[in-house]
Amino acid sequence: MTTPHATPRATTEGTVYTVTGGDWDEIVENAAASDDERIIVNMGPQHPSTHGVLRLILEIDGETVTEARCGIGYLHTGIEKNLEFRSWTQGTTFVTRMDYLTPFFNETAYCLGVEKLLGIEDQIPDRATVLRVLLMELNRLSSHLVCIATGGMELGATTIMIYGFRDRELVLDLFELITGLRMNHAFIRPGGLAQDLPPGAVDQLREFVKTMKKNLPEYDALATGNPIFKARMQDVGYLDLTGCMALGATGPILRSAGLPHDLRKTDPYCGYETYDFEVPTADSCDAYGRFLIRLEEMRQSLRIIEQCIDRLEPGPVMVADKKIAWPAQLALGPDGLGNSLDHIKKIMGTSMEALIHHFKLVTEGFRVPVGQAYTAVESPKGELGVHVVSDGGTRPYRVHFRDPSFTNLQAMAAMCEGGQVADVIVAVASIDPVMGGVDR
Amino acid sequence: MSDEHNGSAVPAPRDEHGEVIGVRKGMFGANNGGDTSGYGGLVRTVALPGASSRPYGGWFDEVADELEGALEEQDLLPENVIEKTVVDRDELTFHIAREHLVTVAKTLRDDPALRFELCTGVSGVHFPGDKGRELHAVYHLRSITHGRLIRLEVSTPDDDRHLPSLVPVYPTNDWHEREAYDFFGLVFDGHPALTRIMMPDDWQGFPQRKDYPLGGIPVEYKGAQIPAPDQRRSYS
Repeated sequence: MTTPHATPRATTEGTVYTVTGGDWDEIVENAAASDDERIIVNMGPQHPSTHGVLRLILEIDGETVTEARCGIGYLHTGIEKNLEFRSWTQGTTFVTRMDYLTPFFNETAYCLGVEKLLGIEDQIPDRATVLRVLLMELNRLSSHLVCIATGGMELGATTIMIYGFRDRELVLDLFELITGLRMNHAFIRPGGLAQDLPPGAVDQLREFVKTMKKNLPEYDALATGNPIFKARMQDVGYLDLTGCMALGATGPILRSAGLPHDLRKTDPYCGYETYDFEVPTADSCDAYGRFLIRLEEMRQSLRIIEQCIDRLEPGPVMVADKKIAWPAQLALGPDGLGNSLDHIKKIMGTSMEALIHHFKLVTEGFRVPVGQAYTAVESPKGELGVHVVSDGGTRPYRVHFRDPSFTNLQAMAAMCEGGQVADVIVAVASIDPVMGGVDR
Repeated sequence: MSDEHNGSAVPAPRDEHGEVIGVRKGMFGANNGGDTSGYGGLVRTVALPGASSRPYGGWFDEVADELEGALEEQDLLPENVIEKTVVDRDELTFHIAREHLVTVAKTLRDDPALRFELCTGVSGVHFPGDKGRELHAVYHLRSITHGRLIRLEVSTPDDDRHLPSLVPVYPTNDWHEREAYDFFGLVFDGHPALTRIMMPDDWQGFPQRKDYPLGGIPVEYKGAQIPAPDQRRSYS
């Protein structure tokens, strides 16, 4: 390697390059000649208001952002690659960790894909489907609450943050009651659910709906008409319908541009066409519109949750096909949710065939016919699509998640450029990106 | 049989020969001796669903007709552009010759009868056994106007991993194509800045390819050594 700026010199230690020359001088000159106000700022990747490890690279001129770019990948954990080395059922344990604020949407989208490949969509018991909808709508509440809470906190509105996390805690308590965990549930499995509702859950759900109906208007009273809140949110993070379609933005961002596109209505799954709810829209294309949409979506989710509770009929929560259905029911033990001791007693003590079946299904898993499928659900952030490919084996051949946070985050530049530095925070918060989903 | 396929609810018949992506031998993943199960000699061909013949059923025929018509208007022979059409599990897939991908995408987006406005990105799939077509790029297009979803599939050989970028047609594919490049080494010609997006810029290799190991170290659990996930027995 010889360049005018790096002359080689042979030494006993090997070749040594001395780097000198005009490059640095040029940079210094250019920097001196340019506007003093022009600065490039790195925001993140650990800034608390960037929703995890998002790195924003801003070129600013005074208080104006002239160029904005994202640096992502700091939370890449190779989940899609890992899935290819586990059984189809174990896959839910991984996908639930992708967008960690919407675990039930990840699980449902993945399981719908696997079920489509297996061709068992029609055999999923009604109770399992109703419970999936119930859990997803509870999850929509908790995700929107985090979005509104952290979005408020980033504006300095700590009261709304306290309110949001207070109510999210109620949802997480329900998750803990039903699945045993507050997050990373792996509760929705190919074929149905890991287990049925515990005793007393329906009463607690009804109690929760009552509490939330009392609490939700507080957000309206606190923020919706608040002049400071409106001044910070209105006309910030502007992205019109053309921009949304070109950039593939879905969810509240698309609906804030006036298009009532919601997969629950336009491409229903899990029987959403039979539920009575509305898709809110706004025509302001800004962060304030997205806030109002999220607020209204929470009210609509409560409506769906009520309908789910009314629809719950006793019945199985897993497909009848014993070659797919996970053999063990879980049970609550002294150290938390785990294997059912009754089941272990049965297979170890009384039935050799049940033991063999259990062992085969748990260690080997089931085979999924060759082919590919795409299933999509409306997550709180937009279209969550899953492309699953099987080669006929007991492990996924390829699983790709089209995470809405990943796609929507591309709109950051379009929303922020030309605006104020302080508005970047508001615009990013209105996208509601979760880096676990962006980077996977 | 063919008389029964006029109803839209009946799945379209398949070619006998699907796309062979590999051969599976034996069972239980016991490749090095010691298989006393009697399944050791089992040989099965793994083939993806093959091309379907008309009628495809439902609105699939309408979309296929409109697409072929629109291509003919642009003086393109549909059979040169669409390598095959697959209907499987109620999903319509067009396998597109890579040189025509941009034309097809533009037609699908702009034709009033098609109007696939939303692209949900690209997903790469690596089939080392699919000789000459090892890398597949899979696009899902959604029509909000008509409420439809179709799939485009483009394949490239491993030693010439180039295909045209769809960013000029669907700007949303910017990051998705960078992701597919990062993980599979697919080179999208015409992309404005095709750089790595998830992995560090100086990373070697393309992690989602099948010839790239998962990695990991064995761990000890209750006195026994548990091998890394990609070293464990797999049930082929």
